[in-house]
Amino acid sequence: MEEYEIVIIGAGPAGLAAGLYAARGRRRTLLIEKHITGGQIALTSAIENYPGIGEINGFDLGQAMQQQAERAGMETVYTAVTEIVPADDGFILRTEEGDYAAKAVIVTAGAAYNHLNVPGEERLTGFGVSYCGTCDAAFFKDQEVAVVGGGDAALDEGLFVARYASKVTVIHRRDTLRASAILQERAFANPSMTFRWNTVVTSIDGESQVESLRLQDLETKEESDFPVGGVFIFIGQTPSTAFLEGLLDLDEAGHILVNEWMETSKPGIFAAGDIRSNSARQVVSAAGDGATAAIRADHYITDHYS
Amino acid sequence: MAKPNEVSDATWQDSVLDADKPVLVDFWAPWCGPCRMVAPIVEELADEYDGKVEFRKLNTDDNPNTAIKYGIRSIPTLLVFKGGEPVGSIIGFRPKSDLKKRLDAALE
Repeated sequence: MEEYEIVIIGAGPAGLAAGLYAARGRRRTLLIEKHITGGQIALTSAIENYPGIGEINGFDLGQAMQQQAERAGMETVYTAVTEIVPADDGFILRTEEGDYAAKAVIVTAGAAYNHLNVPGEERLTGFGVSYCGTCDAAFFKDQEVAVVGGGDAALDEGLFVARYASKVTVIHRRDTLRASAILQERAFANPSMTFRWNTVVTSIDGESQVESLRLQDLETKEESDFPVGGVFIFIGQTPSTAFLEGLLDLDEAGHILVNEWMETSKPGIFAAGDIRSNSARQVVSAAGDGATAAIRADHYITDHYS
Repeated sequence: MAKPNEVSDATWQDSVLDADKPVLVDFWAPWCGPCRMVAPIVEELADEYDGKVEFRKLNTDDNPNTAIKYGIRSIPTLLVFKGGEPVGSIIGFRPKSDLKKRLDAALE
């Protein structure tokens, strides 16, 4: 079994920053990622709010962070952690490719996109149902599409999709948006974007691809069919804490409870980024969390194992 | 080392449909992050399956006709062709072990 001092679960900005700091602290550091380096930002076309970096493609930023951390000595392995087991000398992380031992663990597994959970959604995913505007917008050139959601992701990605689609209808269950003011301004000013307020999607219809959405007006309760060529779903995220199986204290929404030093309810385990409670859910705050967690983990190892 | 060659709308018939071995085609575009993530894995597979399977890449920005023909609505999509017909598809980024399983299943 391979032994490390610090093992980090999840290669989004939080994990990548933690890896950089842990490696620079000359700790034997491993980053475990089950899918794509960068996490949520790997699918983001433009990040404009990372301080010091005017505009950057999310995938590129993730790659840059990883290369920087790997140059400092961090190792990366691509597999999924199925369990964290406390041991005499730290922790054992069970993965699909074998076990790893760690003196300290930093959980930066982020969150997964929420689904609407309506009929047709799963069947038509990849055939008109998408959770990633930057990935799939080009396939809806000159078509009319819908975006479901009212936050930053919905508007940001909706504006991206609007570069290709002839019309983007934002379907939101309330009558005000949660998105930041600057995005709202841009969306309202965009001639291709329109809004359907107080409306929800009750099913996604089409034989082999999306043809229409069944909508319900929450005020009048009236249902209607809305023909679209595609639907992009941006309705929030759920923290990826299921694999922890009660090991750590969580808040009501399933985020890991931490203090200002990213310490969890279990000594030696830290959490950072979107997975932790009360996160600001930004790239810069995730990176800040990750660095904090790594600094704390480094001190923990010195205190606990010297 | 076997590197996946680019194929286009123009060379599609020759390179993919008329090939005598099975062909895996990686539908990608330069702006697609997950496509860039799957590219090195496809290159590794091209090495491992050298002689058994041909590997090709199709840029969907430059070659929209082929993408439309096969109903590609999401990338990355990997399509496996045998005798000119699609026999398997993998939509979205998957880790290497998953891709191998699906490729092997399509080849049976």
